[in-house]
Amino acid sequence: MAFAYFPHTEDDIRQMLDRIGAGTLEDLYSDVPADVIYRKEYDLPDAMSEHEVRQYFEELAEQNTSLFCLCGLGAYDHYSPAVIPHIISRSEYLTAYTPYQPEVSQGTLRYIFEYQSMITGLTGMDCTNASMYDGATAAAEAMMMAMASTKKKTRVLLSEGLLPQVVEVVKTYAKFNGVQLGFIPCQDGVTSYGAMLAEVAAGDVAGVLVPGINKYGIIEDLTGYADAVHAQKGLLMVYSDPSSLAVIKTPGEWGADIVCGDSQSLGIPLSYGGPYVGFLACTKDHLRKLPGRIVGATRDVDGKRAYVLTLQAREQHIRREKATSNICSNQSLMALYVAVYMSLMGPEGLRKVNELSYGGAHYLHDRLLETGLFEEAFDKPFLKEFTLRSKVPAAQLQDALMLIGVFGAVEVEEGLVNFCVTEKVSKENIDAVVEYLTNCSLVISSERSESRNL
Amino acid sequence: MKYYDKLIFDLSKAGRQGYSLPTRSWDATLESLPAGLRRTEKPELPEVSELDVVRHYTNLSQMNFGVDSGFYPLGSCTMKYNPKINEEIAAMPAFAGLHPLQPAATVQGALRVYRELAKALSAITGMAEFTLDPFAGAHGELTGLMIIRQYHISRGDLKRTRIIVPDSAHGTNPASAAVCGLEIVQVKSNANGLVDVEDLKPLLDDTIAGIMMTNPNTLGLFEKDIKEIAALVHQCGGLLYYDGANMNPLIGMVRPGDMGFDVLHLNLHKSFSTPHGGGGPGAGPVGVAEHLVPYLPVPKVVEDEDGLLSVVDKDGNACGRISGFMGNFGVLLRAYTYILMLGKQNVKNVGPLAVLGANYIKESLKGCFKLPIESVCKHEFVFDGLLDQSTGVTTLDIAKRLLDYGFHAPTIYFPLLFHQAIMIEPTETESKETLDGFIEIMEHIAAEAISDPESLKTAPHTTPVRRLDETTAARQPILSYKDLV
Repeated sequence: MAFAYFPHTEDDIRQMLDRIGAGTLEDLYSDVPADVIYRKEYDLPDAMSEHEVRQYFEELAEQNTSLFCLCGLGAYDHYSPAVIPHIISRSEYLTAYTPYQPEVSQGTLRYIFEYQSMITGLTGMDCTNASMYDGATAAAEAMMMAMASTKKKTRVLLSEGLLPQVVEVVKTYAKFNGVQLGFIPCQDGVTSYGAMLAEVAAGDVAGVLVPGINKYGIIEDLTGYADAVHAQKGLLMVYSDPSSLAVIKTPGEWGADIVCGDSQSLGIPLSYGGPYVGFLACTKDHLRKLPGRIVGATRDVDGKRAYVLTLQAREQHIRREKATSNICSNQSLMALYVAVYMSLMGPEGLRKVNELSYGGAHYLHDRLLETGLFEEAFDKPFLKEFTLRSKVPAAQLQDALMLIGVFGAVEVEEGLVNFCVTEKVSKENIDAVVEYLTNCSLVISSERSESRNL
Repeated sequence: MKYYDKLIFDLSKAGRQGYSLPTRSWDATLESLPAGLRRTEKPELPEVSELDVVRHYTNLSQMNFGVDSGFYPLGSCTMKYNPKINEEIAAMPAFAGLHPLQPAATVQGALRVYRELAKALSAITGMAEFTLDPFAGAHGELTGLMIIRQYHISRGDLKRTRIIVPDSAHGTNPASAAVCGLEIVQVKSNANGLVDVEDLKPLLDDTIAGIMMTNPNTLGLFEKDIKEIAALVHQCGGLLYYDGANMNPLIGMVRPGDMGFDVLHLNLHKSFSTPHGGGGPGAGPVGVAEHLVPYLPVPKVVEDEDGLLSVVDKDGNACGRISGFMGNFGVLLRAYTYILMLGKQNVKNVGPLAVLGANYIKESLKGCFKLPIESVCKHEFVFDGLLDQSTGVTTLDIAKRLLDYGFHAPTIYFPLLFHQAIMIEPTETESKETLDGFIEIMEHIAAEAISDPESLKTAPHTTPVRRLDETTAARQPILSYKDLV
């Protein structure tokens, strides 16, 4: 029975069973029907020692290929300061539960309050919750908020400029939650304002969800959206990349009612897709419909400043099926991650991250066009990621890049490929990629490329 | 724990920086963006040095209690030890550096982790297949219910839109069902704290999509009639959903699949040792029986005959997509590490040792605290307050007093079946000495309730802050630094 995570000696077990009045451990399962007790050996590997576990994962790690990242599309390879892993590994944060006992959870509650302050600061909204699972599920919650906030409306409109994984998750929630969706097409790489107006005019629209930066990397001009949606008593919802909000016009400035998105871009490693952290923010009019945990400031009986989970009457453990959502947890530790990141970066650091990403992305964009392998897809403003029309089949291009250890040119739509540049990418990096593409004999046709045989 | 009163914003001074970025310059600058697309004012973020940040968050952490700080007998939360090797593996750059859209050929190691963890969870639970995409327990519940609905819809059985939920269920059960568009039908508990089979029978008709069960239930009691319930629900065409929040006592002893459950979720942050992180990130994998495999969400990982793994993103049978990418992958790595450490040898003892601890505390304390249902319990049990409640000392007072003595409080006022519920769950990673220390303090508190009730009613006394004004917090919400200053 001896095992590092079980402290019981044989003698301990004997004494404990005696106190209970049971003969054996199995007697403690006397209430379980005998035919559901599992008596076979479990189909699991033999127990490993720590060293063997390390070796095992090192072998698995060799089956992954580390690639230099020039891809965005919802996961961004930004620089992550050395401080953060040290802070979030502190066991007082890592091994704590939800702060239901505020007297011994002020650490968690305080950083959530700071996180909320920073997210509202970035988005220009009045309030936000303690975080959501990821951007896509935050968008689904935004959809349900819009439905709950606007009685008698039956539809939510989604821009086709949203990232495909976000659209798919919202569609899944909508299907089961009973929300009808409508779609606003893109025209020339941006959400069609005219199409949105025509749809909203029907008067049955609870909310319109548009991207701040769309799947082509283009910064959307949302002039007129808020007025048009509000005129029909609907809500404007924006899906934002929070990192970008240090420099681009905020959803608050556009007049949005609800903002959602993924805060992975705030320094969280790519981590094969998770854990990331979603955010959901709104104007104060919609606070009572906001799902999830919210931390508020208060005082203790001695008058000391303290923080506590608040407005819990919205939540599942109180309201059960009448709750604003079924969400019970948040991505707390990842909220700490981005709070520490934003503290370190500050307004100036975050601006520089965008400045460097912007400059690098535009340099790569221009140099790729010079290779003759690409054409401009849309001549619209972008920040750190962009889309080009590839004259070479996208799969071929992606394979060719992978031969030099670069991940990029992911196909967004047929013939259209994505590139993304962050502050981690240097001019030398870009020059090397461009020079390679220029010289690697990619054939502008659908024929099989020689590069595959390099 | 010492009180520290600053917010990071209080430390801010214009011109300080905590970052280190390359100094390179590019030709294109943000000024070339159209002015109408640019932000007009700087975001309200602090300007602090690196040491400011390190000290601030270190000081904050010291006002927090974690499993590593002390005993955390929080019922229904399974606060077991979080092994450190889990953290080391999850931080390996070969996993942490992978972009989620990388082609399958370049992420075979990561997909192998996903696949092997799914298989191990199948072995432990007796389910045919798993999705590891759900982010948390409640998210797993929602996904499982979507699978149930998709199953009925695919059979053209469209009127099954009601779901049975016991009155003792976790609050997420009815909430998840509501998000999934299901109408909730409540089934009562009997005097023994179990689902009342006679109350259940008349509820079963052709509008029932299924029943959500927690077994052992939130009183820590095994639903002995589970096989009869399974037969009844299946006969009426419904499916059985297993809320895996209470899976820990069954690990190594009982498989939900063998009890007749069709769908379940597990909380990797409870039963499989991944840290709770102050409320997340967790993971809520969903397992299904053979007949429901087609309805699992996308993306899913499939293995071909040569052992090559790939990701399926589109599948017309699937209930849909429920996560941006493939769940909280870092959490999956931790849980898989834990299972490899356990192996087939140690897995058998997880449940029994957890159950041993719970019964040991229950039997030791039932002379001071009111045990409403006398029965062998599983991983947790519920007292209904003090045996002697004449002094007016409540469950809240007991919980707060425990904090003074260096223990985290149990779960209180849940389940709702009793007015003074105290739900205690020790887990298998706590020693007899730790449990004895807790028992001694609980006895001491019961004695204090008679001798000095005021010390309990005003507890805690030694924590960084004392009881909070929660009413004002909700009436006049202050939710950000901007509201505070």
